Amino acid sequence: METNQKLKYERPVIKQLNTGVTNKFGPQMGFMPHTHIDGIAVKDLINTYGSPLFVLSERTIRQTYQEAFSAFANRYPNVQFAWSYKTNYMNAVCNIFHQEGAWAEVVSRFEYEKALKNGVPGDKIIFNGPDKTTDDHMVAVQNNSPIHIDHLDELYSLMAVSQKLGKRPKVAIRVNMDTGVQPIWDRFGFNYESGQAWDAILKIIQTDRMDLVGLHCHIGTFMLSTNAYAVATAKMADLALNIKRQFGIDIQYLDLGGGFASRNTLKGTYLNGADVAPSFHEYAEQICSTLIRAGFRSEELPLLILETGRALIDDAGFMLGTVLANKRLSDGRRATIMDFGVNLLFTAFWYEHTISPAQECSQYTEDTVLYGPLCMNIDVVRESIRLPLLNKGDQVVVHRVGAYNMTQWMQFISLRPNIVLIDTDGQPHLIRKAETVEYLTQLESTPAHLSAFDL
Amino acid sequence: MKLRKSVAVSENGFVFNASRGDSFSANPTGARILDWLRDGKSEEEMKTLLLDLYDIDETTCEKDLYDFLKVLKQHNLLDV
Amino acid sequence: MNRIPITIAVTGLNNTDNPGPGIPVIRSLRESGYFEVRIVGLVYENLEPGLYMDDMADVVYTLPYPSMGHEMLLSRLVYIHEREDLTLIIPNFDAELLTFIKLAGRLSAMGIRTLLPTQEQFESRQKDRLTDFARQFGIAVPKSDAVTGIGELMQVLAESRYPVVVKGRFYEAYVAHTADQAQQYFYRLSAKWGFPIIVQQFIRGQEFNVTALGDGKGRLIGAVPMRKTYVTSNGKGWAGIAIEDDTLLDMARTVVIQTRWGGGLELELIKEDSTGDVYLIEINPRFPAWVYLATACGQNHPEALVRLALGQTVEPFTDYNVGRMFVRYSWDMVCDLSRFQQIATTGEVTIRPEALA
Repeated sequence: METNQKLKYERPVIKQLNTGVTNKFGPQMGFMPHTHIDGIAVKDLINTYGSPLFVLSERTIRQTYQEAFSAFANRYPNVQFAWSYKTNYMNAVCNIFHQEGAWAEVVSRFEYEKALKNGVPGDKIIFNGPDKTTDDHMVAVQNNSPIHIDHLDELYSLMAVSQKLGKRPKVAIRVNMDTGVQPIWDRFGFNYESGQAWDAILKIIQTDRMDLVGLHCHIGTFMLSTNAYAVATAKMADLALNIKRQFGIDIQYLDLGGGFASRNTLKGTYLNGADVAPSFHEYAEQICSTLIRAGFRSEELPLLILETGRALIDDAGFMLGTVLANKRLSDGRRATIMDFGVNLLFTAFWYEHTISPAQECSQYTEDTVLYGPLCMNIDVVRESIRLPLLNKGDQVVVHRVGAYNMTQWMQFISLRPNIVLIDTDGQPHLIRKAETVEYLTQLESTPAHLSAFDL
Repeated sequence: MKLRKSVAVSENGFVFNASRGDSFSANPTGARILDWLRDGKSEEEMKTLLLDLYDIDETTCEKDLYDFLKVLKQHNLLDV
Repeated sequence: MNRIPITIAVTGLNNTDNPGPGIPVIRSLRESGYFEVRIVGLVYENLEPGLYMDDMADVVYTLPYPSMGHEMLLSRLVYIHEREDLTLIIPNFDAELLTFIKLAGRLSAMGIRTLLPTQEQFESRQKDRLTDFARQFGIAVPKSDAVTGIGELMQVLAESRYPVVVKGRFYEAYVAHTADQAQQYFYRLSAKWGFPIIVQQFIRGQEFNVTALGDGKGRLIGAVPMRKTYVTSNGKGWAGIAIEDDTLLDMARTVVIQTRWGGGLELELIKEDSTGDVYLIEINPRFPAWVYLATACGQNHPEALVRLALGQTVEPFTDYNVGRMFVRYSWDMVCDLSRFQQIATTGEVTIRPEALA
């Protein structure tokens, strides 16, 4: 029988070599397809769970946590992590961190209830943030949760609650400060330099209705400068030592917050994020060595609490998606429309996400605008990305999407997809089902006079 | 529709338009189509050739060829 | 003396009107008395002029941009190393240095040596940290304050004597003689480069540059001071002359000893007319584009860098010929399209076949 062996097809492409910019580096420098996640084929995941799809790697979460924890624990005797719920509050994710030993750090009643339901003991739920009602305070005080006071109004309201319950709340104050990094996050907490923080401390100690157990700060987000943490640690230690000196009170913990950068590339930065993000060891070195040298007696070194979220989870999250269409814009640029957009990938507003093809691909590439599926002009996943030639139906993997996407995603225009967690044995588990029309409309009610119409 | 006389295509896909000084790089499929255009092949003929040569369905072939020819025009490589 | 054969990769072949140091570095290496060099040129763009010069690089490869991340760069270097068996890489671009610094350990594991500042040294000399840097090492810099708001600016101005220099975070600087002017520049620079804006005391004096080399262990191996005698409209030296001045050399020695700097560097200095005091304005963490002047004056810094990177004992230079001058010129090379074609389509070009080289 005669066989007609046809050539493997690749879309024809031509690109201008303008102003000498090198477009490719010979056949040796291709795009590496990302075909598997923790041993499972991307193709199989999409076949089973649909596209788009969020995938989380339990193995990566645990490895990252252990690396971060040991970076601190090897440098300081007394370290506790608290998982920042707002970064990713899928219960399965939270419980991985709790199994690893992390407490919960929450910034709303909703998150607080989630932590309780997950089984976190009340005294291991740190209640942060400017939004706490009297009722929230009552519940937190009853549960003996550390409450981090954000403003004077909260301080007074908490004093009233304490009187009403006849119970001494465990509190810390949030301190903001100049660490040499702009902008100063002075909207949260009490300022160090102006003496506000000290005044709040005096108020708490002198009114004697609550126990000042800790001091908290959170100096910024995506901090690429590790030195700022040394400055912050020194100022926090200074406050704690002053409290000891003047009132004989031992501050039990210093909570340095979070803000560690992940390896994503921020928009507008020239160098690749993976190259500039400091390691856990670099952050730990600044914080721990400052704390050790601050002047605490060795048996009185306070517990060091860290609430880093992004750097612990970003690498473990992937977004899988499919090409809906290719088109050519009026200026000749290539555009590719994906089945996921800024509705699911909220971080596309901040990051130049790394995106890999999920199947064997050609060595030839083209500069492409990557759009999401929304019928809205803002839905741009990447303004310009060099990708191999993708065809309709081809699949891609977006990297480092574990932080903030599964909490800030928008139910806008379409429904939110499945989330799958791959366990350490390589088994997939559905941890949040795709939304349905029924799920979304169950809370709606239509007044009787609007229930029918005639078209 | 024909490739401009001033356009040279080398074996490794380097394309040079002498009348404007522009240079380009084409992948093997692209370079092959440029050769066919030089020979004056019609769009329909090129489609048949592609379908014969490659493992590809007719819709994709037609879509990609249409798009490629548009890009060539945009780059001033074709006599209109 | 038998010269030792060695293969060295060099970046920065962009000797355009804002030239990179690659070609002067190669030129110095080709004049080496110790080494018989084979040069692997590394380019980011197809039209870097050094790529079209027949007597500089033996072979040239393209590199992915530093912005594509160090993994991409590393895999390209692995490929090049397999073909060329590199002994050493000398990176010459500011934008790529941090990436090479981070890769230094892995390059060394592959058998490729470098001599570079540490990441800490590299970062501590950045513009908005220069004051701290100088204070730490007891080096004089003009008093400068980083300001982020108009209130802060006015506060700093109230304590300053005019004129002051108002500087953008990364580039650009203006001399302001009044508060109004300073405020104007503040708005202009912050719109363009963001915050902070640096307000610096203006030093009336003469500017000098020093090209220097540190061994990474606290020794200054060589230094040659130069005064620009002619600059282009964008401030690049078009002509300059090697001068004799011990205070400038002392400053270079202090910087290199205090920081234990490894590799080439250029200091931008200003000498105050009224006092003769020398202030440090900027440290560039690599050789300058005029480094060949040092070679021509008797201090071949690139050659010494190679010897240090190989672990040889290098005695510091003690002397140089004062009064040698350089004048840059431009020259239209006429080339065949084939070299451009080759680099654009394959990413590599052999300029001098190994048999001939």
